[in-house]
Amino acid sequence: MDLLIPEYGLLFWQLVVFSIVLIILAVFVWKPVTEALRTREAMIEDSIKSAELAREEMLKIKADNENVLKEARAQRDQLLKDAMAVANKIKEDAKGETAIIAGKMMADAKSAIESEKNAALSEVKNLVSSLSLEIAEKIIREKLSDNKAQRDLVEKFVKEAKIN
Amino acid sequence: MSGYIEKSGYIENMRANEYTNTYKNLIYSVLICLLSVFNIQETVASDGGETEKFNIGEMINHHIKDSHVWEITHGVVIHLPIILYSAPDGLVVFSSENFFNEGHQEVPYMGYVLEHEHISRQDGVSVLDFSITKNVLFIFIDAFIMLFVFLAVAKGYRKNIGKAPKGIQSLFEPIIIFIRDEVVKPSIGEKYQRYLPYLLTLFFFIWFGNLIGLVPGAANMTGNIAVTCVLAIATFFITNLSGKKTYWSHIFNTPGVPWWLRPIILPVEIIGVLTKPVSLMVRLFVSITAGHIVVLSLISLTFIFHSWMVGFGSTVIVTLITIIELLVATIQAYVFTMFTSLYIGMAVEEHH
Repeated sequence: MDLLIPEYGLLFWQLVVFSIVLIILAVFVWKPVTEALRTREAMIEDSIKSAELAREEMLKIKADNENVLKEARAQRDQLLKDAMAVANKIKEDAKGETAIIAGKMMADAKSAIESEKNAALSEVKNLVSSLSLEIAEKIIREKLSDNKAQRDLVEKFVKEAKIN
Repeated sequence: MSGYIEKSGYIENMRANEYTNTYKNLIYSVLICLLSVFNIQETVASDGGETEKFNIGEMINHHIKDSHVWEITHGVVIHLPIILYSAPDGLVVFSSENFFNEGHQEVPYMGYVLEHEHISRQDGVSVLDFSITKNVLFIFIDAFIMLFVFLAVAKGYRKNIGKAPKGIQSLFEPIIIFIRDEVVKPSIGEKYQRYLPYLLTLFFFIWFGNLIGLVPGAANMTGNIAVTCVLAIATFFITNLSGKKTYWSHIFNTPGVPWWLRPIILPVEIIGVLTKPVSLMVRLFVSITAGHIVVLSLISLTFIFHSWMVGFGSTVIVTLITIIELLVATIQAYVFTMFTSLYIGMAVEEHH
């Protein structure tokens, strides 16, 4: 039965020792420990959050990069297309100009040829008239008596001249 | 007495077959241990024919009760200091060795008499005994281990700020977090931080005390009602001093009870306030003391039966019981902390 009756000596010591341990531990251990735990937990939570944020940021940057790349690609395509068009235009223009120049050259050539021809023709006419004068001279010199013969001869000469 | 006759018949039977049917005997020995009741006094005839008295009840009582000497094992005794106060002498301090003569008999010293661990004055004047008894010594040891361990743990937190725990710090951190997150926080709620230091100290004091008590030769410190009484009183005061309006109105103005039932309910409620710490006190005391009694009783069987068979059987069972006791040591510390948190939680609750 005396097992169930608390002894005052033991009560006293237990009270004293437990109180001292409680105070020492509360001040020097539990306070710093719980604070350290709380700070660390907060830090871990923050780290996780910031990691999440960084991940999102990275995804955004990645998407941005993709967009920039896409834009660049589109721009390049546009530039290429424009360049092609310009090149084509230049080609077409060059073709047109060439044609015009060629036409002009042709026309020049033609007019040159024409003038040459005319010159040549006038030369020929001059030659013919001088030849005719020569012939006429010759005829006059040889046979001026025979009328008929004269006439025939003239006709013959005229015919020849007309052909030319 | 019939149980005794049956048992002695059993012993004779066993002795006859001792070396012929070993396995069967081993099973019997285990069964005997299981069926035995503790606290039996037996007189067993030794081999020499002389009778030798072995009083288990006395031995067990001697172990589980407090003492002014620490008998680690038979014959190895540490004499502890006696601190007494009485009006004529004032404060007196001396070793308990003075109470024993060469023949280990209790003798009076300076007018004081030690009888059945109770010190009185020969002249009848009342005396206050504040001696460092075996249990007080173990309270000191428990406190010392706690301070040693947790100051080291706190040092770890100062050293590794914001880093992963190391060494002894990482051993106790999960337990501290377990108590905080699984026991204290859910029971008390938001205001748990005010009570956390007390509850952590409580848990580790009981747990370490229980574990120290399992060491052979150690005292049954947490199985002493004075020790559990102080812890229960601390819980009682903390609970009631932090009681909020809801808590007191629940006691004095129990909701949902008709007015004519109030005179019956009020005493019940007040008894309820008192039974909470009493249940804490008795639960821890009983579970730890019972564990010690069971282990000692089983060991005593060997000395009752004077048989190595029984010794083998009881050793096996004692080993198993000790493993269970390790579990009980932890569970009881957990339960005490858990209930204390629940009571505080009930007291600080603001509304329903």
